[in-house]
Amino acid sequence: MRISRPSRAVLVLSVIATLVFLYVPLLVVARLSFNTGKSLSWPPKGWTLDWWRKAWATASPKEALWHSVQVALAATAIALVLGTLAAFAMQRYEFLGRQTISFLMVLPIALPGIVTAVALQNSFSRRIDLGLFSFRIGFGFHSLVIAHATFCIVVAYNNVVARLRRSSPNLLQASADLGAHGMQTFRLVTFPLVRSAVLAGAILAFALSFDEIVVTTFTAGAGFETLPQWIFTRIGRANDVPLVNVMATFVMVVSIPLAWLAQRLTESGPD
Amino acid sequence: MQRRTMVFTAAAALLGVGAGTASATTPPTSGAAGPTDYHWTPNPKLTGEGQTNIIVWAGYAEEAWTKPFTQMTGCAVNVKTANSSDEMVQLMQSGEYDAVSASGDATERLIAGNEVVAIDPAEFPSYARIYDDLKLKQWNSVDGKPMGIPHGRGANLLVFNTEALTSPPDSWGVMFDGGTPADGHISVYDSPIYIADAALYLMATKPELKITNPYALDQTQFDAAIALLQKQKGITTQYWSIYTDQQTALEGGSVLAGTTWQVIVNLAKADGAKIDAVKPKEGATGWSDTWMLSSKAKNPNCAKLWMDWIASPWANAQVAEYFGEAPSNQDACALTSDPNHCTTFHAAETDYWKNVWYWTTATEKCLDGRTDVTCVPYTEWVNAWTKLRA
Amino acid sequence: MGQRLDEAARLSYDEAVLPGAPTPGPRAGARLSRAFTRRWLALGSLLTPPVAWLVVIYIGSLLALVAVAFFRLDGRTQRPTTSPTLDNLRQAFTVGTYLRVVGQSVLAAVAVTLLSAMIAVPVTFCVARILPRWMRRGVVVAFLLPLWAGYLVKAYAWKAMLRQGSKFGVDKAGGFLESTFGWSPGFGWLAVILSLTYLWLPYMLLPVYTGMERLPNSLIEASGDLGAKPWRTFRDVALPVLLPSIAAGSIFTFSLSLGDYIIPAVVTERKVLMIGNLVERTLLAPNQPLAAAFTLWPLLIIVAYLLAMRAAGAFENV
Repeated sequence: MRISRPSRAVLVLSVIATLVFLYVPLLVVARLSFNTGKSLSWPPKGWTLDWWRKAWATASPKEALWHSVQVALAATAIALVLGTLAAFAMQRYEFLGRQTISFLMVLPIALPGIVTAVALQNSFSRRIDLGLFSFRIGFGFHSLVIAHATFCIVVAYNNVVARLRRSSPNLLQASADLGAHGMQTFRLVTFPLVRSAVLAGAILAFALSFDEIVVTTFTAGAGFETLPQWIFTRIGRANDVPLVNVMATFVMVVSIPLAWLAQRLTESGPD
Repeated sequence: MQRRTMVFTAAAALLGVGAGTASATTPPTSGAAGPTDYHWTPNPKLTGEGQTNIIVWAGYAEEAWTKPFTQMTGCAVNVKTANSSDEMVQLMQSGEYDAVSASGDATERLIAGNEVVAIDPAEFPSYARIYDDLKLKQWNSVDGKPMGIPHGRGANLLVFNTEALTSPPDSWGVMFDGGTPADGHISVYDSPIYIADAALYLMATKPELKITNPYALDQTQFDAAIALLQKQKGITTQYWSIYTDQQTALEGGSVLAGTTWQVIVNLAKADGAKIDAVKPKEGATGWSDTWMLSSKAKNPNCAKLWMDWIASPWANAQVAEYFGEAPSNQDACALTSDPNHCTTFHAAETDYWKNVWYWTTATEKCLDGRTDVTCVPYTEWVNAWTKLRA
Repeated sequence: MGQRLDEAARLSYDEAVLPGAPTPGPRAGARLSRAFTRRWLALGSLLTPPVAWLVVIYIGSLLALVAVAFFRLDGRTQRPTTSPTLDNLRQAFTVGTYLRVVGQSVLAAVAVTLLSAMIAVPVTFCVARILPRWMRRGVVVAFLLPLWAGYLVKAYAWKAMLRQGSKFGVDKAGGFLESTFGWSPGFGWLAVILSLTYLWLPYMLLPVYTGMERLPNSLIEASGDLGAKPWRTFRDVALPVLLPSIAAGSIFTFSLSLGDYIIPAVVTERKVLMIGNLVERTLLAPNQPLAAAFTLWPLLIIVAYLLAMRAAGAFENV
């Protein structure tokens, strides 16, 4: 399509404007983490490394960070297994209710966090009586993992199912034609096919869990705080705002290579 | 695992703010066992579980006094700051917490719901030295049995910017009638209990409504209070729930007058805000807080130790001074860094508290003794407040 | 639905008979039925764990929550009782003030979605069609990176951006917008829509970009060759192809915006209330039954929206 020079320029400018829109707020936060002042006013006063030093010397943000990593790892592990199983089932078989199940997968992430949060909080807090035995899930590390895994399944699922959809079914057919049985096909053909998609899904699921605050607020127990919770309780405290800026910037900086990796893995085709 | 124990020396440095003394800017607890005398020994009959999870008002559990507590008892203190009495009730219902610093409007709901248990004063050596007029009140006892340890009391104050309002206001009219430079810059506490503040103002300005207790409102009186709050919306810029939101707005100058807690004033002043706070002539709503023990406490001993500690002279003095409230322990007054703290906050002055209406849960049975009408119960306050805010 | 029953028994393509292969004779019947059983076993073992997890934990919780809405609250203890009532639903679905909040929330979510789509379409077009190939991946990653910066960080970044100066402040200066452009929308609905668009825009950019990439060059060329102006080509040729991608992106922008309660609280000094705020404050009141009744609003709206988007083909493009 022939696009006139001015239109081209406008379009390129729109890309630049979007990038500016996406990055300026983040750069503002990053800059404020080195600000000598404590307010959110602009321009900042001066440069200092004090807040970074303080954050390094403080135990609670590091503990919260570690809690977040633990929850995200556990939730991701569960979500990967369940999401990958579902992806294989959905992609390889036609069956009644297939549509319903794809709907079910998306629901936990499509419904607003507050709905999921209130629903899970309610059921985790209740004593469930099954006749033979009764139990209460309660709140703590485990409730966070269960809750996070629930909405992470779809991320793992989506990645794997997209890869399977793109890859040719003839590969599996060919494998079978050449005499490979189910396990061999899986080991030699299917798994290498989806390996990178599973990894990309894992990174995305990890990120989703790591950043989650709404469901976390309502399903965390006493005495276990994730990094978003740590930030949320302190972000308003005038004295802690610089520390929050530090942690925020830190997470951003660490995330960049991970995001890059996830993107590459998603893009890299199966063949 | 002292996760949330306040770790910022900056926060600890604010300790002396209420008193304004320079010496208090050094946290008294730096170093393992300093020369500080904490005036407390843990009850040896209570063996700690290693930690306790408590729900507090902002500023009730700062590092300056949680750290020595942990050193003496081995109980780490996990602090959950709640923003309203309602939230405290909700959190206690979860059964995840051991103790709570509940105001009078929460205590009744907690008692009714069996969320808390009666205490045995023998387990709490500090209890003996609590002011008598705080003990065995209707909001902290059942059938003459104490349901908790009184913590302290204070009034909700009128805060104002001294540069914008050059003549200090002495009436809540600034917030309800407007007509001052603060119009459009009013900050209101975002909780149904604030309806009582409107009722209190009507009590003084609209005698024909015959309000005698801001928590005992029949439908007509209640509607008048809501109408007043509706009018107030026009000059309001902020509804605050998290105390730091108001602090930030006071420091930023976007809020020029509002209803506040002394602790917010202290923190904002320390950051340089040009503000002051008064108890207006109409009186004020206020709180009298009680530490209560959860009926589902997983760490009852640590919780009991904490409750005894926070009511003990030194710790009680620390928290009263940090928050800006009257201590509950009469020996605390001798240990505040500002020797006049107890005078400033009228700790022992019964007259001062006459026109302070402690937060109480409104019930259908009118609290002012009227029997010819029914009053609007608190659940209706909640609904009305949500509608008002929407 | 009846036809799907037959389809259920259809062989999937890895075992399907390839075109041109000899059709199975009558003797293949037994083998087929064995394959049939094996298939169901395989399907069952693959599908049971994820479906069980989602149904038991998630759907079970949602149903339990819906049930809570039908019970009365004990005013004294503020705990749900076992006495049934329709009062919570009546309140949530008939009180005018609440309906207005719901309406405003939907409008805000629609505004965010439209705004995101209006940004995403030209921008991704430029990236996929105009920028040199070597730049594309970098720009796309740059679009996605902010998703990793943390939701709360971004919420408060906007508070910093929107801050308005005051001559009575300790620090009299405003935030980034006011200092740079001399204007800030302040803390209101505009701030909410701006911040939400900022937060969820990458979720729109990604699927639309994927759609752009899939858009066959030949189609666009053909349209141009037939004399269509670029705008006409966009409207009549590209947009219909892109719609499923936009629909996929809109699932995120719409639903994430609709239920948000932190953004309205943070960037409006709690003056603006959305559905999520109604749920949150009612839950903390604590009035669990009424909060549950309020959650039915986003639940119903989103389920309806998902069904509509599925019809638009969004699920194949997530």
